[in-house]
Parts: sequence; C-alpha cells; structure tokens
Amino acid sequence: MVMEIVCPAGTPAALRAAVKAGAHTIYCGFNDETNARNFPGLNFNRVEMREAVQFAHQHGSSVLVAINTFPRAGDEAIWHRAVADAEACGVDAVILADLGLLDHTARTHPGLRRHLSVQAAAANADVINFYADTFGVKRVVLPRVLSVPEIAAINAETEVETEVFVFGGLCVMAEGRCSLSSYATGLSPNMNGVCSPASHVEYIEDRGALDARLGGYLIHRVDKGEPAPYPTLCKGCFTAGEKTGHLFEDPVSLNAERLIPQLQKAGVTALKIEGRQRSKSYVAQVVRNFRAAVDALEAGRPLPEGMLARLSEGQAMTTGAYKKTWR
Amino acid sequence: MELTVGPNQFFWPAEGWSVFYDDLTRSPVDRVVVGELVCSKRLPFYQDRIPDAISKLVGAGKDVALTSLALVTLKRERRLTAELAEMGVMVEINDLTALAHLPEPCIFSVGPLVNVYNEGTLRWLAARGARRICLPPELPMVSVETLTKVATDLGVAIEVWGHGRLPLAISGRCYHARLHGRSKDNCQFACEDDPDGLDVLTTVGRPFMAMNGVQTLSDSYACSDHQIEILRSAGVSALRLSPQSTGFAALCAMYKQRIAGTLPRGALAQEVLTANPRLRLSDGFLSGSCGAEWSGTTNHSP
Amino acid sequence: MPDPENPIPHCPAPLAAALRVLPLAPLSLSLTLFARRIAKTHPGMVQRLGEHAQTDFILDPVDLPVVLCLNPNGGLPRVRLTRQQVAGAARISGPLSALLGLVHGAFDGDALFFSRDLVIEGDTGAALALRNAIDDAELDLAHEAAALSGPLARPVQRLIALTERRTGPCLTRPEDAVIW
Repeated sequence: MVMEIVCPAGTPAALRAAVKAGAHTIYCGFNDETNARNFPGLNFNRVEMREAVQFAHQHGSSVLVAINTFPRAGDEAIWHRAVADAEACGVDAVILADLGLLDHTARTHPGLRRHLSVQAAAANADVINFYADTFGVKRVVLPRVLSVPEIAAINAETEVETEVFVFGGLCVMAEGRCSLSSYATGLSPNMNGVCSPASHVEYIEDRGALDARLGGYLIHRVDKGEPAPYPTLCKGCFTAGEKTGHLFEDPVSLNAERLIPQLQKAGVTALKIEGRQRSKSYVAQVVRNFRAAVDALEAGRPLPEGMLARLSEGQAMTTGAYKKTWR
Repeated sequence: MELTVGPNQFFWPAEGWSVFYDDLTRSPVDRVVVGELVCSKRLPFYQDRIPDAISKLVGAGKDVALTSLALVTLKRERRLTAELAEMGVMVEINDLTALAHLPEPCIFSVGPLVNVYNEGTLRWLAARGARRICLPPELPMVSVETLTKVATDLGVAIEVWGHGRLPLAISGRCYHARLHGRSKDNCQFACEDDPDGLDVLTTVGRPFMAMNGVQTLSDSYACSDHQIEILRSAGVSALRLSPQSTGFAALCAMYKQRIAGTLPRGALAQEVLTANPRLRLSDGFLSGSCGAEWSGTTNHSP
Repeated sequence: MPDPENPIPHCPAPLAAALRVLPLAPLSLSLTLFARRIAKTHPGMVQRLGEHAQTDFILDPVDLPVVLCLNPNGGLPRVRLTRQQVAGAARISGPLSALLGLVHGAFDGDALFFSRDLVIEGDTGAALALRNAIDDAELDLAHEAAALSGPLARPVQRLIALTERRTGPCLTRPEDAVIW
C-alpha cells in the first residue's frame, strides 16, 4: 500500500494548497493553546475547520486535528470543547498527548479515532501497546529520537500504526518532555503550544552581524550574508568547557527523503511533514516532492532527486536520529 | 511538610555514591528515591550497591522508592523497567513505560518527568494506583494549588521540586559524548567528569544551562525558600531536594529548619549563596515570568 | 542565498527615481484606501492578526527610497509612505519583489528569512502574525487595484503598472500549477 503523506496546514489556504498538491492527509489545529503550534496568525477557528474538513473530504483527503498540548489545571474544559468540536466538524482523527485528555476522549467520544501525538514521547513498543490497550489509540507519531532499526523493532511488536517525521524542523529533545523554552521565556510547548516563541525573539543588527536572542539569551550570532536560522533554543551556539559551537544540534532541518524505502520496510504507515508555521507555498512544494517519492516507490521507479534544500532552516539537512550515528 | 530526596541525576563514582546514601541515613529527610534516572549505561557501575543502600535507608526509618529511567527505548532498558517492581519497594515512574509493566492493582509514585498538568491526568493516575506525585517543575503556583486540592481529596500526596538544578529536557542523543566528539554508544562515560553537570553558557559568557549526558538541566539551582509558606498553605506535602555532590547534608538540614520555622524566609537562600557565591538560584517556574527568574533579586546579570 | 534558478529580482532605477520626487501624501491616501478595500474584502486577515491588529508595522523595500508604515487599525488600515527614518513595533525589510512575492504566495517567508533576503526587526510575533494573515488571504494586488474606482484609484493603479512593467516582480497570483 502506498505510504500516507501527512501534511501540515497552518491556515485554510495552506490546507487547500496541500490538498491540491496531493496530500493524503492534512493535520491542523484550532487557533488557541490546545495545539502545539499556537503561533500568531496561525490555525483554524471552528467555522474554518468545518469548511476545511468539507473541502478535504470532497477531494479525497483526510483531516487530523492536533489537540496535543497538556490541558491547564482548572481549564480542562477548553481542551474538552476542542475534542467535541473536532468531532462535530467531522475530522478523521484527533492527535492527543495528555493522559487525562486521552481518557476523557476515549470515554466521551468513543467513535472519534485517536492518534498519539509525538508530544507523548512514546518511544518503545511496551508503552505504545499500553496506550492502545488503555485508550484505544490507533496510531502513534514516533518521537524523533529513534533510529530506523528501532522503528522496525517497534512495528514488529505492535499493531498500532506508526507515523514518522520525514521533513522539516527537528527536535533533538524528547518532545513533550522539554521545558527549555519556558525556562527562558515562560512559554512552553507543553503548556502554551509554543517553543522559543516569536514574542520573545529579538534580532539585533550590529555592523553587518545579526544577533538572535531569546528571552534575552544570545542564541546565535551570524555574519553578514550568512544564513540566519530562527533562534530555537536547542539549536543555538553555546560554550561548555573548552568548546563553543552547536552543542545540542546544528541549525539543520530534517530530510529523510532518501530513507523512505527503508521506512517502508520498517513497517511505517505514514510519513509526516513538519511545519504548520510555514507558508502555503512551502507546503505545496514539500507535498509534491514527497507524494512523487511515495508514488515512485509504489510503482517500483527510482526516487526523484530531492529539491527541497532552499526551504530548510539554515539550509542544511540531516537524517537525524534515523541514522544511529546521530546520537 | 516533609522532605524527599529525588534520584541522583548525575554519574558519580560508585564509592561516592554509597557514601552519599550512607550520609542520608543520618539526615533529617523523610523519603529517598534511589536508582538511575538519566542513562542506563551508568547503572552497571553501581547497580549491585542499590539493595544495600535501600536496606540501610529503610533501617534508618526512611521511605524508599526506586525510580524508572526517564526515557526508555532499548530492549535492555525495557527489561530493566519491567524488573523494577521486583525489588520490593515502591516504584517511582518517570516514563509511562514503567506503568505498562506494573501489575494491577499496584500502588506507585509518579516522578516529576511524567506530565501531570491537570486534574484529569491526576485522577486517572490516582485510579491506577498513584499515591504520591511530584509535579513537573514547569508548573506555575496556580496549577500547583489546583492540583493539590484535587489530590488531597483523592488521598494522593503532592510533592514539588524544592531544590536543585531543574531537569529541563531529555534526549536520545548524549551531549557529553557529542562534546567530546564521540557517539553515544562509545561515550567512554564523559559525563562522570561533571558530578553536578557541565555549565553551558551563551557565547557572551552568560550561564544558561547544564549538560548531563542525555539530559539538559538549568544552570540555576531551583530554590523554594521564598515559596515554602505558599506551598504549605496550598497543601503540598513534601519538597523534593535533588542530590548534589557537595554540601547536600547541610542543605537537607537547612530545609528541615526552614520548614520547622527555625530558619526565616530568605535565610536559606542567603546561606546557600554564602557557601557558594558563584551559584545562581531560581524559582521563576512557580512565581516568575519564566523559569530562570529568582524572587530573591529584582535584577538579573546580563 | 538566492536560489540561482529562481532569483529575486531587484527593483531598477526608474521606480526608485520616481519615488524620490513624487509627493507622498496623495499616494499615502490612495494606498490607505487600497488597504481598506483589501481589509474589507478579506475580513479574515484582520481576525488572524488578533492582538496585533493595532500594531505599527514598517515595511521597508530596501531598493526603494521610501518605507511604508502600516497600521491595520482593527480593519480600517492606515498607510503612510515616508522618506524619513521612522520607528514601528515591527519592521520587515527586503527587496520590493521579495515583499510582494510573500504577499502573492510565490515565496515562503521562512525560507526568505533564513536566507536573509528578508530581515525582521522589533516584535517578531507581530511580524509573523502579519506574514501568516497575508499568507492565508490569497491576495492578488493587481486584481484588487483594478477593482478600485474614484479619483484616488489612479495613483495606485499607475504605481502598480509601473512596478509590474519595470521590475517584473510578482504582482499577480501565480497559477497554482506553476508556482513550483
């Protein structure tokens, strides 16, 4: 079976672009703190979501709604409402991370298909089967800390479908378990749906050099003409001991295009593209490339050459943890 | 309010490890969590000492729990996690994988690396057998208050991160190994040179984080000195003190005095800073606009 | 680092020369009306701006001698062209064609920014909100300008025509099929 391309959409226009470009599935979120890309000017209100689902379904695509932050104590109703509204909009599944919200959804919306978000950091078959047995989870988005052989081993031990990231931003930390951002800015992926939020970013040009700060901390400084990656905390340039450099991760983005055949052999069901914060033109281009790749694979043709470099952060690519040497 | 000593986050020589837990038998803490949290590769160096440490601590009247790893991926790690319950002490889960292996019914503790952010999660864990939960350090006071109220009704004790470098992130990649140009599988235990983590600074020299193998910690030492009264009135039942390589016995004693009211608010932080003037403290997750903030000062160094 | 196969055109001298001497007040007024028309036909845009709907944005085409000050003003935008140094909450600078290409969905804002073809200063959150709001609106400036009427329509239409004729930046929406 052809591998499923799961594509991000930060706006209705991006969703339409993704559908037209051939995405089998689009994931998106409501315009509030219930999803992990709660960025200014992004995401869908309820009316837009309903229309988006209709549009996608008319064109044979599915829509997943990410409700994958961890509900705030005292305000769980906001998240419960998001799940209920997603079901009312006719979405094909919700992507959840929080135990309490999984429990709530399994009990009160048993007919709504549940996927486990990467934010749940379910990194082995035992815990994935636990989520399936306990909350009826049908698919898990695997954390970006696993190698291809590890993914194959997981698939050998579970009936749960697996979805893996193949392109876009790369988290080097186990997602859903990182408070670096709130340590520096007060806003975190888990609680607020943002990492290294734009509201706390400052770019300061100084004689042709560009300083990027987050919450007042200098994350990196580039010379005139050098690529300027966004100051994501874990990809900054720091000093430890005698060494200065990108101690956690280089300002690279993930591109596992070449690994698609191996991922298919490893039993992966769906390939996920990161980037709900990116523009519709980005989305359209990336989807076309990956759709062409999986179609070629299915037809037994060689993979088309990649042409996505210009779209990536810092314009350097990595295959991330999929190759074990990354660690 | 009681004191819990969290699992040691760092890699210490086995002999020093034993001395540390020996010392704890004589300290005024109520509960000790032992075991390896961060990296399964460290465990063989002191694994055989754990049963002895547990029995000495139990003999000294301490409650003892055994932690799971924070991130379980390898087959060997899954096996270790499955075996936790066989040690005969309460298990503290710090990765939900451990829960998958606990028999039902079974009572257990939940560590700060499990995401307990709301009442729904707390209720679910309580129904599954959780009797004690150390909340994630990232939570603000208003969440602590809400959750503690719910927990009290359910008979679950709530703990809050009381002192020590904050566990901010865990990864599949070992940063100590990367720093030394090695892979994780051939790390040569680079993290053992830094018994309290290796300082990570911005390129203009501002302290920011600390690396500890696959873990990333805060540069600052979280300190609950200024929060204890509010935490107590919220119903929090214990503070968690995180092991550090020096001055830990004195720190435990000071927290005991602070809780008992024989040390005034602010004096504990003052003592800590006098003993080590280069240390930076924080309590911003509980009461500030970001985690790194410290209510003991209004200005921050650049 | 511009893509050699898809270079970002630079605005040549004639438009810049014209803007060096033209009186800016009438042009500002025309652009204000133009912006109000767009805000009216695309109400979702202001909604998307959320808390940034009252922010002072500075759009700085670096190949022109003017900057454009834009305040969305909750759906009743104000636009002012100026040759002076001005301050705003958020500033986006880059070649005119990069700014316009962003509006028309021909370029990806993040990619332009990573390559430093675009530079954001000040309130990055506000700049992102504007970028995202524009990206969703699927604007076609030439089409919108052609629909303008009245005495103040002429300057905008002339400006657009001049820009298009002289520089070749993207002033209409590329067809979906040929974007890439």
